[in-house]
Order: sequence, then structure tokens, then C-alpha cells
Amino acid sequence: MDLIVVILVEMLYAVASLILISAGLAVVFGMMKVINLAHGEFMMLGGYATITAVNLGVNIFLAMLIIAPIVVGLIGLITERLVIRHLYGRLVDTMLATWGLSLFFIGLATMIFGNTTTGISTPIPGFTIGNYQINGYNFFIIVVAGLLLIGMLTILKSTRAGLIARGAMQRSDMAAALGYSPDRIYMATFFCGSALSGLAGAVLAPLVGLVPTSGGAYIAKSFITVIAGGPSLIAGLFTSAGFFGIVNQVFTFAISPVIGEVALLVAAVVLLRLLPQGITAKFFKGKL
Amino acid sequence: MSLNRRNFLASSAALAGASMLPRVAMAADTIKLGSILDTSGIFDAYGKPMDMAMRLAVGEINAAGGLLGKQVEVVAYDTQSDMALYSQYGQQLARQDRVDVVHGGILSASREAIRQTMRKTKTPYFYNVLYEGGVCDRNIFINGVTPAQQVEALVPHAMGKSGKKVYILAADYNYGQITARWIQKFVADNGGETVGVDFFPLDVSDFGSTIAKIQSAGPDLVIAPLVGGAHLSFFRQWAAAGMNDRIPLASTTLGVGNEHKVLTAEEGNGIMVAYNYSQELDTPANTAFKDRWAAAYGDSGAINELAVSNYQGVMTWAEAVRQAGSMDRDALIASMESGLSIDGPAGKITVDPKTHHAVLDVHIMEMENQGMKVIETLAQRQPIDTQAVCDLSAKPNDNTQYEINI
Repeated sequence: MDLIVVILVEMLYAVASLILISAGLAVVFGMMKVINLAHGEFMMLGGYATITAVNLGVNIFLAMLIIAPIVVGLIGLITERLVIRHLYGRLVDTMLATWGLSLFFIGLATMIFGNTTTGISTPIPGFTIGNYQINGYNFFIIVVAGLLLIGMLTILKSTRAGLIARGAMQRSDMAAALGYSPDRIYMATFFCGSALSGLAGAVLAPLVGLVPTSGGAYIAKSFITVIAGGPSLIAGLFTSAGFFGIVNQVFTFAISPVIGEVALLVAAVVLLRLLPQGITAKFFKGKL
Repeated sequence: MSLNRRNFLASSAALAGASMLPRVAMAADTIKLGSILDTSGIFDAYGKPMDMAMRLAVGEINAAGGLLGKQVEVVAYDTQSDMALYSQYGQQLARQDRVDVVHGGILSASREAIRQTMRKTKTPYFYNVLYEGGVCDRNIFINGVTPAQQVEALVPHAMGKSGKKVYILAADYNYGQITARWIQKFVADNGGETVGVDFFPLDVSDFGSTIAKIQSAGPDLVIAPLVGGAHLSFFRQWAAAGMNDRIPLASTTLGVGNEHKVLTAEEGNGIMVAYNYSQELDTPANTAFKDRWAAAYGDSGAINELAVSNYQGVMTWAEAVRQAGSMDRDALIASMESGLSIDGPAGKITVDPKTHHAVLDVHIMEMENQGMKVIETLAQRQPIDTQAVCDLSAKPNDNTQYEINI
């Protein structure tokens, strides 16, 4: 009985962490169609922003939830102004440019922080479920991921800004004709996407040993999640993260963590064979 | 700073003068020591301190008058954590630079990339790193601890402090696989039982489900030969789940790259390890070594197991050259095989003539406040794993890495 609860918590946690690492990419790639290969590095920078802030004496939650997203959002903003905005609509070129950016950020982080592992400890103590101890921080990640999804949904669905952003993504010429500057909207959206990546990196930082190349560990999973999710932003993110997270944890518990990772990739291949446009091209059509 | 013609001329004259210096040095007759290490890239946490240790050792040798009346010159290459560069620079050291000895290599893959080149070109090769054991080659000398030296000491101690049921978490490559087999053997030898073994690729950083699995197996002790930055997350997540107060941990790798200084005190406290060296070793030799290191580099914080191994490797080679009285390879090997020993920062190191491995002290330690507190010292342990399969005095032409069957 206790074990079932523990497994359920671990599954929820796996789903939540997939949602977190993919949310920023879902905005940048899913909405804006920019293949951001530097997504992992934005997360890495979020981690470093948190660790630096905490070492300077800032409260850890403030550092994770406020400072890191703003810092990484601003870095994203500068990147967008200098590089990305010249490349909208040119898929292959953005791929090359963002790959270069990812190398640049890795080099930058190596120069500033050194090529060694750094980290901070988790702020929430573990607690007991029956005979088991589990990581209290897992719940924090689940809550953050849940709030993130609700927040994104609310903003995109019920605010004017969200409506304008969605409109500009679909038909930028029409948005421009109605008096909105697509350039500004893209800029703001890229800022939000980068900030979400920074948030993810920040929230996961206490769980891992951070090195400048840490971003590489997330990039494949986040792209798989976003691509398998399909055209709907939130529904796609939720369904594909849910599917992959559960597959991964079932195999991890039943066999081993390695098989869990293999199962996730196999599931992705099979899923994309059956639903080449992603889950939400067939189910939840027209939903956000 | 503004640059006018006068100080441009002055500084370029100085530069030209400086660039002539190495030539002057090369013209004199020197002994060339080749060094090949990852001093940048993902393994530089290991490579940089090793490089510092090598230069410290060579500096001390030269300050004491050099070897055979000649100064020792370092020819060093940075392999940038790229295995392909090892074969390239290995060739360059042996065939173009024609060095007299090569020290270096960190991962087992890098050692195997250059070992045959050194053997073919008859360049003596020193691999100064803790590794999985079993290399049997007359041209190579190895002074790092092998799993049997380390695990044989660690397992009984850790089981004595906890209990009979052991769970193993290991890195998924030859080092972790072979070490896990040794752990199982010594657990069984000490009357214990291995209740689970899990292997993790080097990039796995999420251990939540593993921690739950361990609890459902209910071991008394967890032994973790995990490697690298991603695996460091295990120790962090273990502590975050509050498990560090419930089930004791032991590791054969944690701390080799000074990882215990990355973990916080609460996360690391109580983890049991066994190595040849600890910064907390309270011996006159170690205190003096740390002072010399601090004098050279400002701070002794970077010293770790591998740096000390590399230092001791260079010093052992120097002693062998002095005793041989020549730079001839066979004379060097003969003097290494004469039961040569030196006193290093980590105690006495003796070359085992049969295997070209080292007999050395192993210290059982516990992490305490980001340091490694020495609990017990086991003097002069033999490399029994390699001794069981390798005898270079009987078979000097052997050139194998034995996979040890347990």
C-alpha cells in the first residue's frame, strides 16, 4: 500500500519534471516555431542564477521563482534582439544559430563558474509515508508544474495579452493590420519562453550537480515531449508529459532506470509513427 | 593604456627575448617528461589538480639538482577530455618529441588509447590513477588503488557499522561493473548478502525511483561506485529524502575529484570511503606536502586522490632513474622491479615487481564537514586482484588487461 503511494508520487513527479523542462520550449518552439537548441543552456543558466543568488544570501525560493526566471528571461530577450529576430521563419538557420548560442553559453558558464560541479541542497526535508521516506522536494516540483500549467492556460485563454500573442503566432500579418506590432509580440513571447526555461533550470538545480554542460541532459527529452504533444500548447504538453512520465516510471520500477529511459524513447518512436502530427492533432483538437 | 612606438618596441623586444628562452633551455641536455592529461573539458576536475601535482613534483626534482645531473623538462599536452586526442598526442610524445617517460591518462579509455603506442616505442608509461585493475604489461607502471585493495578494506568496515544486507548502485561501464563484482564477492566473504545491484549510465541524474526501490528491498547498507557530476545527484537526493539518517552509505569513488566539497556537510556527513590519500591525513609528510602545494599555488584546496597519485608516480619514476643511473628503459624497469619504494604524502608506496602495480596504505575514512576523517589505516595493502592473474617476472611479454573472474 505504502509502495503504491510512493510509486504514484514518483510518477507524478516524473510527469511534473517533464512539464517543467518542456514548458519553455513549448512556447518558443511550439508557438513561435523557433527550434531553440539552446533551450538546455537556458535551463543551465537558470540553475547557475539560482546558485549564485543563494550563495549571495538570497532566500532560495525567491532565487528560484523570481530571480532566475527574470535573469534568464533578460538573457533570452537580448538573444532575441541580437540573433533570433533576424531568423524568424527560417527553421534551419535558427537551428544553426541556436546551436552556436548553446556552445557560446556553455563556454561563458565555463569561464565564469569553472568546469566543475556545483550545487545547493534542497530546502524541503524528506518525509515518511508508511515505511518509506520520500523526497519532500518532489511535491514542490509537482506543485510548481501544476501552477505553471494553470498559469499558462489562464494567460493564453483569458487575458488580452494571451489572445494577441496567439493571434500574432497564427497570422502575424493580420495582427499587424489590426495595429499590433508582431516584432514586439515576438520579443515578449521569447522573453516568456526563456523565463520559463530559466524557472525549470532553477527549480531542478537543488536536485542535480550542475556543470556548464548540464543543459544537454534535458534537450532531447524536452523536444520529444513538445513534438509528441502536437499543435495544442497546454493540452499537448500535459498529455505527452503524462504519457512519457508514466511509461518511464512503470519500466523504471518494474525493471531498471536504464530500461525506463529506453522505454521512454521507444514509446516516443511508436507514438510518432502512429500520430506523426503529435497527440493533440488527433485528440483534444482545437483545445489550447 | 596607450600604446606608443617606444613602449611597443620595448615590449616586442621583451617578447622576442622571452621566445628565445625555451630554445636555450632545449639546447642544453635535458630529460623530457611527457604529460598527457585532460586539463580542460568535463574531466578537468581530475586533470587540473593532476597537472598541478606533476609540475610541483618536477619543480622539486629540478630544485634539488635534477636527475643524473640534468634538468627535467615537461612536455605537456591537454587532451581536452577528448579520447581521440589521446592517440594523437600519445604518438606525438613518443615519436616526435621522443620523451623519456610519459605520465598521464585519466579514464581507462584514455589509458588504453595510448598504452600500445608507448609499448611499441619503448617509452616507459606511468598511469597514476585509481582504476578497475587487471592491466598486465611490462612497459606500464600503475600506482592507483585497485578495487580489491580498496573494496576489501571498505566492505567489512561498512558492514560492521551497519549490517549484512547490501544494495549496490554502480556506474554502467567497465569500472562500475567490475567494482560491483568485487563488492559482491567481499560482501559474500564477510557473511553478508547482496539484495540488489543497479547500474546507471553516466548521464542519469534522477534517482527518485531508485531510492524508493532501495527502501522496498530494505538493505542495511548501500555501496555506490557512482562516477561524475550527474551521479552526484544521487547523494543529494538521498539526503533530500531523509535517507542519510536511516541507511548508511559507502562509496568507492566519491571524493576522488573532491566531490565531498561540492556536497553540503549535511549531505555528505557519514559517507564511508577508502582511499590512499585524504587531505585530513595527519602526518608530517602530508602537512609538508600541503605547505609546498600552497606555496606554489596559493591554496591547497585542490589536492585530491588523483593529484597525489600523480605526484607519487613522478617521484617514484625519479627515484628509479636515480637508482638506475641511466635513462635506458630496461635499466629503469629493472630498478623499478627491485622492490623500489618512496615515501609520499600518502605514506609509503612500493612497486610490486610481479604486476607493476603498487603496494600502498589504504585509509578507511568517513566524510565529516566536507572533509574526509581518517578512521582506520590499513598499512601496505597488496594489489591482490591483479596479482592473481598477472606475473610479469614469469611472463615478461604479457600484454593483456585481464577481466577478473570472481
